[in-house]
Amino acid sequence: MFEYAPAPESRSVVDLKPTYGLFIDGAFVDPTDGGSFKSINPASEEVLAEVAEAGAQDVERAVRAARKAYEKVWGPMSGRDRAKYLFRIARLIQERSRELAVLESLDNGKPIKESRDVDLPLVAAHFFYYAGWADKLEHAGFGADPKPIGVAAQVIPWNFPLLMLAWKIAPALAAGNTVVLKPAETTPLTALLFAEICQQAELPAGVVNIITGAGDTGRTLVEHPGVDKVAFTGSTDVGRAIARSVAGTRKKLTLELGGKAANIVFDDAPIDQAVEGIVNGIFFNQGHVCCAGSRLLVQENVADRVLESLKRRMAQLRVGDPLDKNTDIGAINSAAQLERIRELSDAGSAEGAERWSPPCELPDRGFWFAPTIFTGVTQAHRIAREEIFGPVLSVLTFRTPAEAVEKANNTPYGLSAGIWTDKGSRILWTADRLRAGVVWANTFNKFDPTSPFGGYKESGYGREGGRHGLEGYLNV
Amino acid sequence: MSERVAVRKTYKLFIGGKFPRSESGRSYLVQSSNVSLASRKDARDAVVAARAAVKGWAGATAYNRGQILYRAAEMLEGRREQFVALGVPGDEVDAAVDRWVWYAGWADKLSQVYGGANPVAGPYFNISTPEPTGVVAVVAPERPALLGLVSVIAPAIVTGNTVVVAASPTEPLAAVTLAEVLATSDLPGGVVNILTGRITETAPTLAAHMDVNAVDLSGVTDAELAADLEVKAAENLKRVLRPAPADHDWSADPGVARMTTLLETKTVWHPKGV
Repeated sequence: MFEYAPAPESRSVVDLKPTYGLFIDGAFVDPTDGGSFKSINPASEEVLAEVAEAGAQDVERAVRAARKAYEKVWGPMSGRDRAKYLFRIARLIQERSRELAVLESLDNGKPIKESRDVDLPLVAAHFFYYAGWADKLEHAGFGADPKPIGVAAQVIPWNFPLLMLAWKIAPALAAGNTVVLKPAETTPLTALLFAEICQQAELPAGVVNIITGAGDTGRTLVEHPGVDKVAFTGSTDVGRAIARSVAGTRKKLTLELGGKAANIVFDDAPIDQAVEGIVNGIFFNQGHVCCAGSRLLVQENVADRVLESLKRRMAQLRVGDPLDKNTDIGAINSAAQLERIRELSDAGSAEGAERWSPPCELPDRGFWFAPTIFTGVTQAHRIAREEIFGPVLSVLTFRTPAEAVEKANNTPYGLSAGIWTDKGSRILWTADRLRAGVVWANTFNKFDPTSPFGGYKESGYGREGGRHGLEGYLNV
Repeated sequence: MSERVAVRKTYKLFIGGKFPRSESGRSYLVQSSNVSLASRKDARDAVVAARAAVKGWAGATAYNRGQILYRAAEMLEGRREQFVALGVPGDEVDAAVDRWVWYAGWADKLSQVYGGANPVAGPYFNISTPEPTGVVAVVAPERPALLGLVSVIAPAIVTGNTVVVAASPTEPLAAVTLAEVLATSDLPGGVVNILTGRITETAPTLAAHMDVNAVDLSGVTDAELAADLEVKAAENLKRVLRPAPADHDWSADPGVARMTTLLETKTVWHPKGV
């Protein structure tokens, strides 16, 4: 691999405060019981800021503020005016996108190339898209005069902090709901900057409330009786617990959970394109992607060719400083996540799969994991069944299309899948048989605000994005 | 000290992103200004410009078109006072901005609402998508000069059509000023072309033009002329939006027919099988 000079993005565009309060009723406030936690840069372990931890009383305040804003301001407001606020937010995100991208990479560890070119454009586009729905809900196919639900409790993960915020807040507000959102405890900072953007947009107080904290805060929020709608993105285990906790209530629930996507490569696939898709599928965002193509199913007669090419390509991946514009793979988001990836990878070796990583120097400080593939994986192995949520690919083979489908569907998950073949009819035949919510053909990890996203089976229910994404926030 | 002598504006046509005078060199006095009196040749030139812009505009992503239309709304809001100075009521300018924003949001939604997968009885993938029809010739309502104009231009272009508009002959200044808004909105040249002058001169040329795909006769008040234009349009089976009723309320919810009439539906079949 030839050498690149370092090309670090400047941090100076970000003006970090040493401490952050909770954003409730339009203002930053201290938590009632004064708890706090630190958010660190996973690439250096440096403390970025100290963030308030919301307790039960804070959740109460936030839900009450959201309720008041729903009843007095946002609910009665015309769709036309709601649209204008959302357009303002979309524009402010576009205007401040560099600042948001740098902060996202600092707090999350993802390469600036991705936060700048993927996350932020999608975030702005998402607000822009749903802004346009706010004044035309009667055309969305959910009845002549669809109504909002009320107060939405939204809990989001750390892998795409701002993008997941956009997926939650934009449709909720467009439909006329107010929200209390809890970002993940390892990545709260862009959500807090988003709160400042809400202030800058002069969004009425209480329409968006952002409370920071860990699992307890999230649990208190979704279990709060004043909440009408719960939207969660995260692990299947927590999703199951939330589904249990809302049982017997009138709360509407949408869940976007884990995945173990099959990326199927048929023997007539364009191999070079497929290899790019495989790399993107599993190494994009360090593999911290619920729809990652973490199981490669390759047709046996081309397996050697595909693997040889894949290894050659993996050796070109640049792992390191997330703020360097040449970086392909950044830092693992937290020590706990790194531990989980290590544990499952060790299980892969112990269970008999063959492990390979390219030669790869990792920084001394921070949390890092080299891009890794396992070959000789069987369907019984833990690394073929459990979501690793890291840059680790399990490779299995198949002989017939029917076998590929059988193996692809042999998982409790059903979020996404990939199909690589030059034959259009085979794409559609295969897609028909896959039990997955998003199927990419001859591409992977494509996202668009107009395109519904969400899973089958234990990958959750409900869809985010597109016209379909409104349904979860309307009383239909 | 003498009072400052104002610099007056020349009101010209808007064709292909430029502001030419009429090739005929004619103008007419209206709203206390000399306004270009477009000729048949100007109308034909405008169609050529509109046709040239179709490929880029229809080929732009819906997201991009939505962004540009929203930008036009921003520019329109910024020139509010200029329209008021021309005699357009402030409420009408506000309504025109809001209408523009409403249509901007449709850019990336219409195909989901009016297209989709069709469950045919066989192993086929079958999907219908709306596409722009092409060049649309529009006779704008005589009044309200701004809201009426916005209400006919925005629905035509949001889906990817390009337009040649015959502006209100009696109140053309708002149309020329709107052209200045559009010229500063990242809208590619030729997507909107505006002719000022006599409807009886430009409209028959446009309605009969074989490289025009649709006509919107909203602003035609003479029933005989309307029928004649529709007959001319029939020659190459242009899609037709008939004149608005005399008592039409341009501030009411416009519905979607202005968009859907100017669309073609394309249905794609593809077999499924290994």
